[in-house]
Amino acid sequence: MQTAVLGGFVAAAMVPLLHRWFGSRTPLVMALLPASLAVWLISQWPVIASGDVLLLEQAWVPGLDITLTFMIDGLAWLFAMLITVIGALVLVYSREYLHGHRDLPRFLVVITAFMMSMLGLVLADNLVTLFVFWELTSITSYLLIGFNHTDSAARKAALQGLLVTVGGGLALLAGFVLLALAGDSWSLHELVQRGDVLRGHDLYTPLLICVLLGAFTKSAQFPFHFWLPNAMAAPTPVSAYLHSATMVKAGVYLLARLHPALGGTDGWVITLSLVGAVTMVTGAFLAMQHTNVKKLLAYSTVMGLGTLTMLLGIGTEKALVAFAVFLLAHSLYKGALFMVAGILDHETGTKDVTAMGGLRHLMPATAIVAGVAGLSLAGLPPLLGFVGKELMLTSVLEAPFWRLLILLLAFTAAFLTLAVAAIIVLRPFFGQRQDTPQPPHDPSRVMLAGPGLLAALSLLFGLVPGLLDPVVGAVVTGMGAPEAKVHLALWHGFNLPLALSFASLVLGLTIYRLWDRLRAGLTRLAPLIRCGPEAGYDALMAGLVILADGQTRFLQNGYIRNYLVMTLLVLVGLVGHALFFRHGLAPDVTLSVYFHEAVTAGLMIAGAVAACVMRSRLAAVAALGVMGFSIALTFVLFSAPDLAITQLLVETLTVILLVLVLFRLPRFATLSTPTERLRDLVVASLTGGLITLLMLAVLSGERLPRISDYMVANSQPLGHGHNIVNVILVDFRALDTLGEMFVLALAAIGVFAMLRFHAALGEGVDRDGRRNLAPTEDDHG
Amino acid sequence: MGRSGTLILNAAARLLLPLQLLFSVFLLLRGHDEPGGGFIAGLVASGAFALYLFSQGRHALGEMLKVSPRDLIGMGLLLGVISTLPGWWAGEPFFTAQWWTIPVIDFKASTPLIFDIGVYLVVVGSVLTAITALVDTDQAEHDPTDHDQTH
Repeated sequence: MQTAVLGGFVAAAMVPLLHRWFGSRTPLVMALLPASLAVWLISQWPVIASGDVLLLEQAWVPGLDITLTFMIDGLAWLFAMLITVIGALVLVYSREYLHGHRDLPRFLVVITAFMMSMLGLVLADNLVTLFVFWELTSITSYLLIGFNHTDSAARKAALQGLLVTVGGGLALLAGFVLLALAGDSWSLHELVQRGDVLRGHDLYTPLLICVLLGAFTKSAQFPFHFWLPNAMAAPTPVSAYLHSATMVKAGVYLLARLHPALGGTDGWVITLSLVGAVTMVTGAFLAMQHTNVKKLLAYSTVMGLGTLTMLLGIGTEKALVAFAVFLLAHSLYKGALFMVAGILDHETGTKDVTAMGGLRHLMPATAIVAGVAGLSLAGLPPLLGFVGKELMLTSVLEAPFWRLLILLLAFTAAFLTLAVAAIIVLRPFFGQRQDTPQPPHDPSRVMLAGPGLLAALSLLFGLVPGLLDPVVGAVVTGMGAPEAKVHLALWHGFNLPLALSFASLVLGLTIYRLWDRLRAGLTRLAPLIRCGPEAGYDALMAGLVILADGQTRFLQNGYIRNYLVMTLLVLVGLVGHALFFRHGLAPDVTLSVYFHEAVTAGLMIAGAVAACVMRSRLAAVAALGVMGFSIALTFVLFSAPDLAITQLLVETLTVILLVLVLFRLPRFATLSTPTERLRDLVVASLTGGLITLLMLAVLSGERLPRISDYMVANSQPLGHGHNIVNVILVDFRALDTLGEMFVLALAAIGVFAMLRFHAALGEGVDRDGRRNLAPTEDDHG
Repeated sequence: MGRSGTLILNAAARLLLPLQLLFSVFLLLRGHDEPGGGFIAGLVASGAFALYLFSQGRHALGEMLKVSPRDLIGMGLLLGVISTLPGWWAGEPFFTAQWWTIPVIDFKASTPLIFDIGVYLVVVGSVLTAITALVDTDQAEHDPTDHDQTH
């Protein structure tokens, strides 16, 4: 499985090649990947159904307790199934939706990478691995929201989504570290068994806050809900997949996963049930003011995510069962409805529901699919959405805290959602026929396959909910309630939830009738709504820009000497502080210096002094060269031939580079005033003095164990090499070297880009950039 | 920078280049046991190419290299990353070195060697990218009609 997920990333990278072979059929080829993974998952079902946890072990960084182990239990299995099945359907759907789009390969690359990240997220057993995949979903989501990168609104929405989720991700990282400290393990399957230790730990409150921040931002909970509707700037397949069925559920998944480890305390129950309930109502209410079908769906997704969070907060066995059913129901109908929305947009040329009407005659197949999925969203029988909503209302009735308030919020959300469902289905397909920008007709079967299948599943599971019993049972076991009795049924008899459902039907339809008038009223409230959390985000961003502007002016003003002064002073301060307070400043070293060593040192000092006082640039370079070669000589004297060779070669190449740039520079002039030079002298002396003291402190006694002994002893047996320097570089510390390689590559690309940019300036191609380059030019002349 | 070298430099550069490159490969391959290695070998090769550039000119270097120096960087990084994978294949953590002996010539092949070749390519690519970029800008400034020959 790990190979499949990592291989999926490679497959994503191969898309441009596949596109050359398969052309517009590439999405269908790519759909084979999630489809085959889904088949594999189904083949593992007997193991999961028996209540076992499938652990696929794989080491990654054993020294840091980071593994790539995958853990598949009922919860992970359901999520993985949703990701792979809906993923395959979305890819098939996108064949038509993005037919002939010139950026189709780019879309497929990113969405496949997203799919694999999401799969890794729900399967990962290790906190660090989970976090890596978590951030990967944020990044791929950013690229997908901003898919139409020429549209500034899409770019802004993409950045907003990224900043909100990645900001939460930072909190989550802190939360994971605390969690690992408190539970003494990085492995989820161990942590969920240490719930009592975790709940009683001193770190419980801070770690809960951090984890919740991460989950709430990702799953668009109030007050972070605003990024999700804006993310609708993405192409519809993306909205259907990331922003309703999978990625936004990652936060909910994490909460469900950690429920046995962290859940059940007052803080957990109150926070989750209240935030969830408020999110439900916020989403359902804000949906009312929109006529854009995707925005309507997005806000109702916010409502759905709120419901899931609330159910996890309530946390009783019934609530967990409701969670599992609602999760599945929501993914099925919301995926279908988003794809229908895409069809409407694709066929009619508009996303505005008020501009559509009577489409059922022209698009009968689409109307049926939309109707079935819409009924499920509305929570009406005999759809799975009804089962989910009944279970949700039953659980709310046993909420441990503030039952009435939560019930009121849940009921409000329920009838508002019903109104949303009516708006989405009744408005475009029924009523007066309206002229749309394009003459509408049913799309091809390929495009209808995805939403059709999802809607059919909603109906099937609604009619025979008993089919889901084992799945829901396995999911609930994964959330730490193995004894829960799961028996789903469409009909529970006449009870309070049914009465509430009926009341919400009446209220919802009334609101639908009054919708046009209600919307006019809401427009008057618009300034108030605009003061919401999004205004806070905007203010924060504006503040950040002002801060960045100020600190750039002050710290990064383009004069390299100021950068140096700043860097060196910070270095002297920090290192000096540590040295002074940890070791004291009294090195006791008896130096025995040979004559040739003294000569070398003298040469170096002479070179340094000469470089400072020379009046000609060439002479200064030569003086620096003297220093460089003396250093190489020192390496030779202390038998480090590799370092000496490297130093010599670097000196040589430096000369080559200098020859190339030397005559491009303006006349060598004295630019600084005597005071500035005095300041520079002080800084330089401080740095030099401190480094000398540091070296003496290192030499004066064996305070630290010498790592070189290990290297010398193990270079041949472990690294199969006699050259210790090389063994360290390419084996023992290869990861560091790999990092250095990337740094070197970046530096070279930086030089290349800067020079090309500069050349373009010279020809007047891009005059705007001149202001940015000016300080560096002044620096030299 | 056109062909500005003298006759002696021109002739010497042509003769020296293969020798220098051979020497750099020698340094690269023996690096694991004797002084040398990818970084040093890469610097030697860059020096060789730089000499060729100064004597024969930018155009000749491009003709001889066939690939853009930037592609060398990419190939080097790719090799570096690829060399981390065989350990995974063997069921060990990433980056765990793997060793194979090629029978007939009794040569020690290993992932660290692949990694070192990656280092070599990145160093050559980076230095040449910087140097050729500098030379190209010069040419653009001296002869604006000619600056596109590399792009």
